Amino acid sequence: MSEKEKEPMFSAKIWKLLTSPFNQNNPITVQILGICSALAVTAKLKPAFVMALSVTIVTACSSFIISLIRKSIPSRIRIIVQLVVVAALVILVDQVLKAFVYDVSKQLSVFVGLIITNCIIMGRIEAFALGNKPWASFVDGAGNGLGYGMILIILGFFRELLGAGTLWGYQVIPDSWYVANGGFYSNNGLMLLPPMALICVGIIIWIQRSRNKSLIEK
Amino acid sequence: MKALRNFVDKIKPAFEKDGKLHMLHSTFDAFETFLFVPNHVTKKGTHIRDCNDMKRVMIVVVIALLPALLFGMFNVGLQHFRAIGLPDTGIWECFWFGFLKVLPIILVSYIVGLGIEFAFAQMRGHEVNEGFLVTGMLIPLVMPVDIPLWMVAVATAFSVIIGKEVFGGTGMNVFNPALLARAFIFFAYTPFISGEKVWVAGLTKGEGIVDGFSGATPLSDVANALAEGAKTVNWSNASTPWDWFVGTIPGSIGETSTIAILIGAAILLYTGVASWRVMLSVFAGGYLMGLVFNLIGANVAMDFPAWQHLIVGGFAFGAVFMATDPVTAPQTNVGKVIGGFLIGVIAVMIRVVNPGYPEGMMLAILFMNALSPLIDYYVVQANISRRNRRLKLAGK
Repeated sequence: MSEKEKEPMFSAKIWKLLTSPFNQNNPITVQILGICSALAVTAKLKPAFVMALSVTIVTACSSFIISLIRKSIPSRIRIIVQLVVVAALVILVDQVLKAFVYDVSKQLSVFVGLIITNCIIMGRIEAFALGNKPWASFVDGAGNGLGYGMILIILGFFRELLGAGTLWGYQVIPDSWYVANGGFYSNNGLMLLPPMALICVGIIIWIQRSRNKSLIEK
Repeated sequence: MKALRNFVDKIKPAFEKDGKLHMLHSTFDAFETFLFVPNHVTKKGTHIRDCNDMKRVMIVVVIALLPALLFGMFNVGLQHFRAIGLPDTGIWECFWFGFLKVLPIILVSYIVGLGIEFAFAQMRGHEVNEGFLVTGMLIPLVMPVDIPLWMVAVATAFSVIIGKEVFGGTGMNVFNPALLARAFIFFAYTPFISGEKVWVAGLTKGEGIVDGFSGATPLSDVANALAEGAKTVNWSNASTPWDWFVGTIPGSIGETSTIAILIGAAILLYTGVASWRVMLSVFAGGYLMGLVFNLIGANVAMDFPAWQHLIVGGFAFGAVFMATDPVTAPQTNVGKVIGGFLIGVIAVMIRVVNPGYPEGMMLAILFMNALSPLIDYYVVQANISRRNRRLKLAGK
């Protein structure tokens, strides 16, 4: 290692890797990846948060591990190697969830296992970790996982608030508002259905592009 | 009239380019063309224009909706007074009661919808689209009378923004906005637009309702009979097919009276605003599918006579006012027949096979709206290949 290749832990480049997935390069709203799980697990805030955390951990760690061994992986079998690493991490996460937050793990059901097929993870490994150093890959994976998680949490927040009147399982909208108790309010059942989640993703994309004109396609 | 024209001309310069109110020019333009025939001339090619522009076409539809609206107001009152045990209340009293109930829904629908339309026209710098004149009237007519007003507002906003503006405004929408508003409420606030209580004013609160009165529509009677496994249907309030045809039954505000809807249909067909192909084929499709089910006849719902399908629920209303929407229906003549026919078939199929969804007509029309471009595509392709074949034959 020569002197000039050393760079500070949080150089501008690394910082950009971490922050660009939040806006300019968001996995869901810009790259349109990982939509399936974003629609499936966001009916409530808690599972959305747990899912966001799990995906962030898996993306960051798998990018890190693959980047460590990137020079010794034969290019022809790299996909299977990547899958082994990702699958091992997903199983770890799954076991941890089952041990500590069993109810959430049940709500997430197959979607924890399906993190393996989440395009974001394979996408980051293929596009970034195979050609970059471990620390940069780790930050890149974490950034993308957090960017994905941010959208999940936004979706979960609005869907649970408007669809069930609760947040994190706690009643937020006063009971006396509801029609059954003589009020005027009613929960929006459509919010709990996946189609409305897709429309919400669309609205987020709309808002993002109206603020950030460079994202608008010609 | 002259004074109005003078007034409009006087304030006009303020809205032109460089005027101080230029930012409101599309609002001004909307009102000016609403009041007076615009003097726009075509710039390119030769066109024949008459004064019958989009706004006037839309107004014709609104006029055609008036019989259904007026009868709907009367029926709201009639059902209410029947429910509280005063069936002999006079016509005008019924009408007045219904008028006061329905007017707020119309106002909310127009204010919210037009507000959003104006805002979008202003932001995007184009003219205000005329489409909402009709949509704003259709939305109240497909609502149950007891619907909370804020739900009407939310549904209208949803249908105008998500159903229309994101696609590029009037003329670009894939789905009929009024039906989208209804579908939104149907899936979001299901208890407020289904069941047996919501169709009659005051029935949900349940105060002073006489024994034996039921707010069930004929279709929910059928569904109940099916659920109980009964051999015959027990029509609530002893209603007959004649009542269903006249419309003195519980239901959405504008959909109950087949007579009033047929008057509207006559206006639309006479003025040439709506396509007779669509209307006719919807009725034909519904009738034939009803006949098929009658032949199978496995349960009460299948035994429901085919012709009665056409006069209960939203079938007639949907066929005349919703399926004929020039934007969302297929554009080709053959496509109109195919699309309309399938709407009728699917509507009756949903009603019979799944009586839990008496809204078959709404779902059928929305579904076929989505398929319209596909139908058009294949009709056009078939025409192209047919002409190609003719060309080859002629070349030999």
